[in-house]
Amino acid sequence: MALSFLDRERTVAKSGFNRWMVPPAALCMHLCIGQAYAFSVFNLPMTKLLGITQSAPGDWKLTELGWIFSIAIVFLGLSAAVFGRWVEEGGPRRAMFTAGLCWTLGFLVSAVGVYSHQLWLIYLGYGVLGGIGLGIGYISPVSTLIKWFPDRPGMATGMAIMGFGGGAFIASPLSVWLMQKFSTPTHIGVAETFIAMGLIYLCFTWVGAAIVRVPAPGWLPAGYTPPVQAQKLITKNDVFVYDAVKTPQFWLIWWVLCLNVTAGIGVLGQASAMSQEMFPGRVTPAAAAGFVGLISLFNMLGRFFWASTSDLIGRKNTYFCFFAIGTVLYILVPQTGSMGSVTLFVLCFLVILSMYGGGFATVPAYLKDMFGTRYVGAIHGMLLTAWSMAGVLGPVLVNYIREYQINNGVPKAQAYNTTMYIMAGLLVIGFICNALVRAVHERHHLKAGDARVAMARG
Amino acid sequence: MANDQNGTTSLQLAAAWIFVGIPLAWGVWETLANAMKLFS
Repeated sequence: MALSFLDRERTVAKSGFNRWMVPPAALCMHLCIGQAYAFSVFNLPMTKLLGITQSAPGDWKLTELGWIFSIAIVFLGLSAAVFGRWVEEGGPRRAMFTAGLCWTLGFLVSAVGVYSHQLWLIYLGYGVLGGIGLGIGYISPVSTLIKWFPDRPGMATGMAIMGFGGGAFIASPLSVWLMQKFSTPTHIGVAETFIAMGLIYLCFTWVGAAIVRVPAPGWLPAGYTPPVQAQKLITKNDVFVYDAVKTPQFWLIWWVLCLNVTAGIGVLGQASAMSQEMFPGRVTPAAAAGFVGLISLFNMLGRFFWASTSDLIGRKNTYFCFFAIGTVLYILVPQTGSMGSVTLFVLCFLVILSMYGGGFATVPAYLKDMFGTRYVGAIHGMLLTAWSMAGVLGPVLVNYIREYQINNGVPKAQAYNTTMYIMAGLLVIGFICNALVRAVHERHHLKAGDARVAMARG
Repeated sequence: MANDQNGTTSLQLAAAWIFVGIPLAWGVWETLANAMKLFS
């Protein structure tokens, strides 16, 4: 078959392959789909496609455009859950190839939507097609990295998922530069920018698909011997993907991720306004933009730092750190406002956002510890529905409580205090969920000769 | 593929990391340049 080069069997590495080729392959994927975090740079230009210098009657509204990102995140979670097993069994090359194609098609369909000024085409393109590309692309290299780095699975997945945070840094200035190049006094170059970015991303993701490899069965890194003494929270067995979701451990970790993400995602979206409102006259719009950039940087770096740290202190302890430190910092944030300390405020959020990113990056290794490596990609896919939930819950908590406070006469500088205490409360619940995680009961372990194993390839 | 048969060369490894490293470093640099406004 013409596409047989995508088969899992064709991606098995031969002797001499260097496993450090796999992280850049994964980064090729994650750096591209990380663009999703920077989609907001298109929002304002897309409100002026007809009016050019300002919005004209018939131009799209910001509230309508806000749905594009939301639809994409919902489809990220859904596609990761639905296609997780297909990704696991079909191998990373087929998944990365497909994800790259969906991601690019999403941009191209959206470009047509911009040209014809049909918003539903952008919902369909970037939202649905792009969202499916996001979901498949996000989980595609995860289990492969865990298999290549059994000695440091947290660090390996942290490196890839760090790319998802870093993708926005590339996409944001690149989008602005391309729109400047393609714009004329009578035309805003959003459609052309979509086409250019879609094609750039196709090249990048397909290079990643070409260089990715899976290790041969039984392969272990030179000099590495799996620990002989059994560790309570690191299983040597595998759990079938659909059995995993029947365990309390899956749902406890689902809540652990959901609560950790909820606490960070609302702040991430509202950081610019919050910093200006809590420190009126002291934080300018330009400085607030710098603050957003800085917390995004720590969101990215936290993914590598915390996931690597989890290899040393364990996944459960890492999440204990997130929830304990996060609770203290969220309680501290209102005090920084009343003290008027911008530096302390910034420091609090840098650490909080590093742990937000760290939560994403540490969870694949946590799942691997609990459910084994065989179906970890598919299980991870199902767990990402927690992200979809948090993507709604976090911004709603931050925005609506702020509005409620202001409507009840609370000064803007103090309008976030209640939200911060609620976030701290959510993290306490997360701490309890994490404390309840125990080893998976052996009745869930996959037995040799299980018919479902025979059906699954690789 | 050649690298599978003969092992990964240092050049291939460096090329792969440079391919992803340069855009990432550029993006981080741009972000840091903007972030400096917070302290100016």
